Amino acid sequence: MRRLIHASASNSHGNMITSPTLVSETPTRRILRRFRADRIARVAVGIIIILALLAGGTALLSHFDHHWPCDPNVTNLEQKLLPPSSQHWLGTDNLGRDVLSRMLHGASISLTVGLIAVFVSLAIGLVVGAVAGYFGGLTDQILMRSVDALLCFPTFFLILTAVALLGPSLINIVVVIGFVSWTGTARLVRGEFLTLRETEYVKGARVLGENSWNIIIRHILPNATAPIFVTAVLGIPDAILTEAGLSFLGFGVQPPQATWGNIIADSKTYILDAWWLILFPGLAIFIASLSFYLAGDALREASESRS
Amino acid sequence: MTSFILRRLALSVVLLFIISIISFFIVTMTPGSPYPWGELNPKISAEVKANFRKKFHLDRPLHEQYAFIMHDLFTGDLRSMKDDRPVMARIMERLPATLALNLTSILISLSFGTLLGVYAARNAGRWQDMAASFGAFLFIALPGFWISYLTAIVLVKGFGVPILGTHSYGIAFPNDLAAGLDTLWHLLIPATILAVGGIASQSRYLRASMIGTLREDYIRTARAKGMPEETVLYKHAMRNSIRPLVTGIGMLLPAMIGGSVVIETIFAYPGMGRLGYEAVLERDYPTLVALNFVVAALVLLGNLVSDLLYAAVDPRVRLE
Amino acid sequence: MLTIKDLKIGFQSPSGISPALKGVSLELGKGETLAIVGESGSGKSVTALAITRLLPTPPAVYEGGQILFDGKDLLKASDPELRRVRGGRIAYIFQEPSTSLNPVYTIRSQIAEMIRLHRPEVTDIDAEIIHWLDAVGIVDPASRINDYPHQLSGGMQQRVMIAMALSARPELLIADEPTTALDVTIQKQILDKLRDLQKDLGMAVLLITHNFAIIGGLARHVAVMYRGEVVEFGETHQVLRNPKHPYTQALIACIPRLGDRRRRLPTIGENDPSRKV
Repeated sequence: MRRLIHASASNSHGNMITSPTLVSETPTRRILRRFRADRIARVAVGIIIILALLAGGTALLSHFDHHWPCDPNVTNLEQKLLPPSSQHWLGTDNLGRDVLSRMLHGASISLTVGLIAVFVSLAIGLVVGAVAGYFGGLTDQILMRSVDALLCFPTFFLILTAVALLGPSLINIVVVIGFVSWTGTARLVRGEFLTLRETEYVKGARVLGENSWNIIIRHILPNATAPIFVTAVLGIPDAILTEAGLSFLGFGVQPPQATWGNIIADSKTYILDAWWLILFPGLAIFIASLSFYLAGDALREASESRS
Repeated sequence: MTSFILRRLALSVVLLFIISIISFFIVTMTPGSPYPWGELNPKISAEVKANFRKKFHLDRPLHEQYAFIMHDLFTGDLRSMKDDRPVMARIMERLPATLALNLTSILISLSFGTLLGVYAARNAGRWQDMAASFGAFLFIALPGFWISYLTAIVLVKGFGVPILGTHSYGIAFPNDLAAGLDTLWHLLIPATILAVGGIASQSRYLRASMIGTLREDYIRTARAKGMPEETVLYKHAMRNSIRPLVTGIGMLLPAMIGGSVVIETIFAYPGMGRLGYEAVLERDYPTLVALNFVVAALVLLGNLVSDLLYAAVDPRVRLE
Repeated sequence: MLTIKDLKIGFQSPSGISPALKGVSLELGKGETLAIVGESGSGKSVTALAITRLLPTPPAVYEGGQILFDGKDLLKASDPELRRVRGGRIAYIFQEPSTSLNPVYTIRSQIAEMIRLHRPEVTDIDAEIIHWLDAVGIVDPASRINDYPHQLSGGMQQRVMIAMALSARPELLIADEPTTALDVTIQKQILDKLRDLQKDLGMAVLLITHNFAIIGGLARHVAVMYRGEVVEFGETHQVLRNPKHPYTQALIACIPRLGDRRRRLPTIGENDPSRKV
């Protein structure tokens, strides 16, 4: 059975009328076309790809030989706290370690946290939101009140406490961040489901006797994916920034494993003298976050605009 | 309306109770000992340890501990495990500074965020909008601690301007006004940095909301009536566009208390964020429970304020 | 008073500019009523909104022509001049009164704003508002001025819109499908009221509608629009009796008549206006 795609049009008064139609350009292709047309989006995606390649490449290559292509852990106290030079492009830290190497190795941590934390929050948020939005009634009320209760806790504190509780390993951090940030996705999904549940084609499917899960997965979900995907992409920089904040406070992935956040954290006492230890890791975090935000926003524009 | 408020307050009390139970259990399950000395420190005799446990009721079952903590919290007698000082006193002494910092920050982010959002919305699709949006994302992506440090480096190292703490150390001020201005100055930099992300996100929300509002029929009516564009935007469109922001207002204050941990640490600002961070580090249960309680109370109060403001802004809404 | 000469307007879309008005010319004298009749998409609303440049100018593009109001070309008027004309000399009422009124302000506030802007000499604004609400047929206006739009029925909302438009004493009232969204019984009341008010105030009315049946007794002249062009223009009773253009003939034939024994109502085919199904 072909999926009915939710197409929308405007009547002469500019009001939206919706009707299920079979269109030649699927919404996905339409969104991708508009996205590709956006210059800023292309640059942002380009940067993301570069970062991913750098991170992945470094992780892969150093898997086989820890000292190659560059060693983030070799300490050389005679070379400590050197500003950027031709030998150490980004300078050295307080233990004489090459900052560039540490940053390359840290890239994979930051990106991994970003992606997996969002994945976790997406998974939880999707399920909770879908169930609440589709079934409505008491289920909806209970779930949404729980969301409200969860929001009563200041998120950063919660993360801090949880990580302190469980220990700052990569997995713990990722899971905790994901566990704390699913509320936004859940609310969004619930909203979408509440709306889509009332559309004619869903009502039709119910009348035809399709069972609920089928309806959710095959009819509603495909039409809701765009905003969900946008939320996901926009959630990645939040996760990256949170991880950086945690590292900064000492609750992130622990040294000697380098992350962008803990390079800054380790150098807290030297910042006034070693500006490069702040500038470069922060710049990396900034550029990564910015790229994801711009890409996510372009995606949102592409999925919402009317051409 | 009064019945609405009363019912809300009653509900809030129940919720607070539940939240306090949850936060108590989270906190007590934290591994690591609460003793202010090392667990294995041989210099502390078993007797001292036993006294400590007795004093903080650690020898009682969990639900009794909870009862004790709640009782002490409300009688003001709750004491920190770290230094045996009353917890509420510590929180209260940091409250003014925290409120000053966060309220200033909220003020800055709401006012500039609104201006930026309207600017972007009225020029929607043109380069001004793209520039404003790009600028907004630029601000959101800036890591707070990065900007804080860079600012500190530039101002302190580069210009020798004192910005840490709440007043400049070692300078005697000729009068109270000068001292007050100095405090204001110390407040402004962290507040602005805190607000930067807020400006950006408020402006994005307002822009999206306003673009939607500007498509409505009554905006066309306002223009057809001959209203100047400023009136159309700030009178007709604005009140209909701030609804999503109003729902978010309640959450701004509690969110900032948690989110300002990093800023407060860097600027050595004595706020409740830092208090909480230190309490987590030291496993100081009473402080954590009390702090969570205060923040949860603020959240519930904030939600109430949001709902009331929403009804004030939209006459179609009736509070039941 | 109002002369539209060869107005050409297009709409921008990703595939280029599609023409909406292909050279529309109309004339309206002081105190006269002109009806513009046509189906959806014929360009009648576009014409109405174009007169005071109310069309949002990304998508819309003004490609040519003149709109002469009292001798002055509104297409070339400056912004301050345009704003003085809007509301003060040319007023509008729209199709959907429920969404055309600002939901967060009282009726009083919205009408007062109009009076303060265009008739600053009025000192007792409340009395003026009550006068106009009464003139449009709202019962006990004094008790309703502090109501919000959502507290009124559709018919009352439209009356409020009319009161608001007239309170500035405009020379021309443009009514874009004023009764389409209302119940049939209310339609007649509103139209009758409109006719009475026009007579009392001596203002001109431009009535936009797709319904030929309502213009009799209201409009002296009628212009029939089809696909962005005026295909017929003339005195209403003559056009009704002797329609020259096949599209007009088809439109008139569509009006259901009492006592009509035909089984199937005639409709107008998509592309051929003279084809009857």
